[in-house]
Amino acid sequence: MSRSLLQVEALSVHFPVRGRGGAPATLRAVDEVGFTIAPGETLGVVGESGCGKSTLARALLRLVPVASGTIRFDGTDYSRTDERALRPLRRAMRMVFQDPLASLNPRFTVRQAVREPLDIFEPRRPTRERDRLADAMLDRVGLGAAYAERYPHELSGGQNQRVSIARALVAEPRLVICDEAVSALDVSIQAQILNLLADIQRDTGIALLFISHDLSVVRHLSRRLLVLYLGRTMECGDAATIFANPRHPYTRSLIDAVPVPDPAIERARRAPPLPGDLPSPLAPPSGCVFRTRCPRASSVCAITPPPLRGGPGALFACHHPLEEPTP
Amino acid sequence: MTADAGTLVAAAASLRGESLWRAAAGRFAANRAAMAGVLILVLITAFAFIAPLVSPHEMETNDWERIQIAPTAEQAHWFGTDANGRDLFVRVAAGARVSLAIGLITTLVAVLIGVLYGAVAGYVGGRTDQVMMRIVDVLYALPLFFAIIILVTVFGRNIFLVFLAIGAVEWLTIARIVRGQTLAAKQTEYVEAARSLGAPATRIILRHIVPNVVGPVIVFSTLLVPTVILVESFLSFLGLGVQEPQTSWGLLISQGTAALDSAPWLLVIPASFLAATMFAFNFIGDGLRDALDPRDEA
Amino acid sequence: MSAAPPILSVRDLSVRFATRRGSVEAVRGVSFEVAAGRSLGLVGESGSGKSQTCYAIMGLMPGNATVGGSARLEGEQLVGATRARLDALRGRRMGLVFQDPMTALTPHMTVGAQLCEILAYHEGAGSAEARRRALEIMERVRITDPERRFEMYPFELSGGMRQRIVIATALVLRPALLIADEPTTALDVTVQAEVLRTFRAVVEHTGTSLVLVTHDLGVVAGACDEVAVMYAGRIVERAATADLFHAPAHPYTRALLACRPRLDDPPVARLRTIEGQPPSLAGREDDGCAFAPRCGFAQAACHSQRPALLTRRAADGTTREVACHLDAPP
Repeated sequence: MSRSLLQVEALSVHFPVRGRGGAPATLRAVDEVGFTIAPGETLGVVGESGCGKSTLARALLRLVPVASGTIRFDGTDYSRTDERALRPLRRAMRMVFQDPLASLNPRFTVRQAVREPLDIFEPRRPTRERDRLADAMLDRVGLGAAYAERYPHELSGGQNQRVSIARALVAEPRLVICDEAVSALDVSIQAQILNLLADIQRDTGIALLFISHDLSVVRHLSRRLLVLYLGRTMECGDAATIFANPRHPYTRSLIDAVPVPDPAIERARRAPPLPGDLPSPLAPPSGCVFRTRCPRASSVCAITPPPLRGGPGALFACHHPLEEPTP
Repeated sequence: MTADAGTLVAAAASLRGESLWRAAAGRFAANRAAMAGVLILVLITAFAFIAPLVSPHEMETNDWERIQIAPTAEQAHWFGTDANGRDLFVRVAAGARVSLAIGLITTLVAVLIGVLYGAVAGYVGGRTDQVMMRIVDVLYALPLFFAIIILVTVFGRNIFLVFLAIGAVEWLTIARIVRGQTLAAKQTEYVEAARSLGAPATRIILRHIVPNVVGPVIVFSTLLVPTVILVESFLSFLGLGVQEPQTSWGLLISQGTAALDSAPWLLVIPASFLAATMFAFNFIGDGLRDALDPRDEA
Repeated sequence: MSAAPPILSVRDLSVRFATRRGSVEAVRGVSFEVAAGRSLGLVGESGSGKSQTCYAIMGLMPGNATVGGSARLEGEQLVGATRARLDALRGRRMGLVFQDPMTALTPHMTVGAQLCEILAYHEGAGSAEARRRALEIMERVRITDPERRFEMYPFELSGGMRQRIVIATALVLRPALLIADEPTTALDVTVQAEVLRTFRAVVEHTGTSLVLVTHDLGVVAGACDEVAVMYAGRIVERAATADLFHAPAHPYTRALLACRPRLDDPPVARLRTIEGQPPSLAGREDDGCAFAPRCGFAQAACHSQRPALLTRRAADGTTREVACHLDAPP
């Protein structure tokens, strides 16, 4: 088995906050999450807003401090190193953010934005050469050289996201994290960007960590899947297996929630796929955090958090998993 | 996600992008009052440097035959003379050079120091920020004139002291403004993106934060220059600032006030120049604020 | 089909913006009707003009916009109406729901207080009466435990709950028409379903008409009786929802339907997309169909002559409006 590119074990990210009434509390944004990504592989991370997926991404890039657990990139544990030692990590692991316009400096031209990783990591390279590489990457993502001198506020959302992707790809990264990278885009542009990412992955062999609340988007790119709820793992493993036979009720609800462009099916939906609201992350339910919205919850769910268990394809954390279909 | 109408038009526009600065410059140029302010400043600056070339008189030459004569074309005393027979025309021009220089240079230095100090404090945050801003608070509490009086008593009257004293106070407000703006800029996604790319702190501060927070600073500075000139005028009026043989508008106004009954032009003319300059800077400052309004930036 | 006049009747609506770099025609002659108790989905991507159409109807245009054509709400002309009249109509006869619930609600007032304020201001309701009606409308939009939620501040509520409060504020004065601009775009998929069901329930039970603007066809499938698809400032197809999804006539509609990856489809290597980008709306309009450069079925006539929106009767007896030269989808 090839050595994994990114190996995360029992990662936790906690934030000290002021709870209701002013008492200090701890927000467990990410709690004991673990997964691996092999070179060239795509891991999809799904869950609703507030499930910790964006915090997870930021923790991987060390933009927020890690409370406990390890992050190994190419075998080396980066979870506690200081800023200087993180330089190689920053070059190898990049991020594409959700809001295309907000993630670009409004005073930089498109070319300056795309060139920035080169300016940081290869400052000795002549400027002309760095410009050339940036322009080549702009071409690769489907934006012609005509856009190089423009400013982000003059481009559409889809175009800006391509700029963001170009910036993430220049200077040869090994892993790109896409944090809701297509959520803010029109459906047809979403499809274009997803195809672009798939093409680039095929050509360059980079690994992807694709975060989204929309399962239909995640499914297209991901070979492996991680389902999060309130910062905890609900289900993880091989994507095809999970989509075909989700074992965890939350995964099932997420799948059911995806709107289907078929009026007959949509109108026939009576029950809401996921009743109630997300509990406050400051006061997660005891035992299994999903139990307050789970149709299968029982008394044991309130007492013991379910361990991660399961078969070769996928793992799930549930006391009452959905049935595996009989072969 | 709705498309901004401006975006749609820009998509059809020329290849060269229009930066936010260029767009702001366009808005500024369309503002009549602001452009009028620019014109006034240009004229006064031109006057400050051309007047000595045009007039046959020197700044310090005493013409005892023509003491306190009203403005007249005779002998080219277009602004009249003062109690010592010195031509007011060239003296006002000399005062303009001094007052404008103090205003601009002091503001420039205050801006440079204030921007860097505030950006560093805001970006680094934590203890460093607390300490840096407490220093600002303490310095802020020191009364300006008190400090100047002490300085003057110790070092004597010196034009550089004026620069120093005023600049030492003005950078404080700028530092505060910039620190606040930096705190906000730190939260933006493009700064986060720069951090994720591994940009070192100096690069983030200089290339990502400063250019994006400098808008309010520009507006503030433009409104600061007339304040500086006014403070300098006041100091000179009190006898604490510029001293003879140099002159400034403040000094001229001080001398003019003494001769108000007999030679009103000695007060009115320098005061008018000062007032016109103040108006000009205020119009320009207002125009800049409107042009740089973030709401207009897409 | 009832003979009652439509609640909303739009004829040849156009919107033009005068910008520093030239004029932009965001909406180019849009016509449709919404009957009482019916819902219309206005679908299109960024730049299609769908949001501008709604803002023009609501009378919320910026200073550099010129609105032409006609938009009648219960027979009253909105285009060119005075600002005072539009202010009076908004809220009472027209309810508005925007994309971001957080900015639509005042952060420092409880949601109950905000609902009561609307009732007090527009109808002079006393506090007991206002509270009663506020709770009633909160139940109507399926907010659980309304008494407790009444006392909560917007930041204490989840995104979906906030949006439902916004819908409540839009409905509390019992308007005849509700206009929602991308109401679920900022919400998670799971919450989206809830909010859309709320819209559907509101239309069915209160008889309020609905215009729902979105870029997502999946959203209109469940919530709207009729769908109008917009492209480059014009309507290119309008049909009953079931008909549109069952047999889309316009190539753009078909392409749009094909773009969305569906979970019940087998996984594919490449998603279907619409290559290229929408045309610029600046300056003079080109001849021919706006979609022709991106259309897989374009013929010579498509590039030179713009197709008009015409009623077409299909073999199964359904009627729809399509703006396309092609007689039948190939």
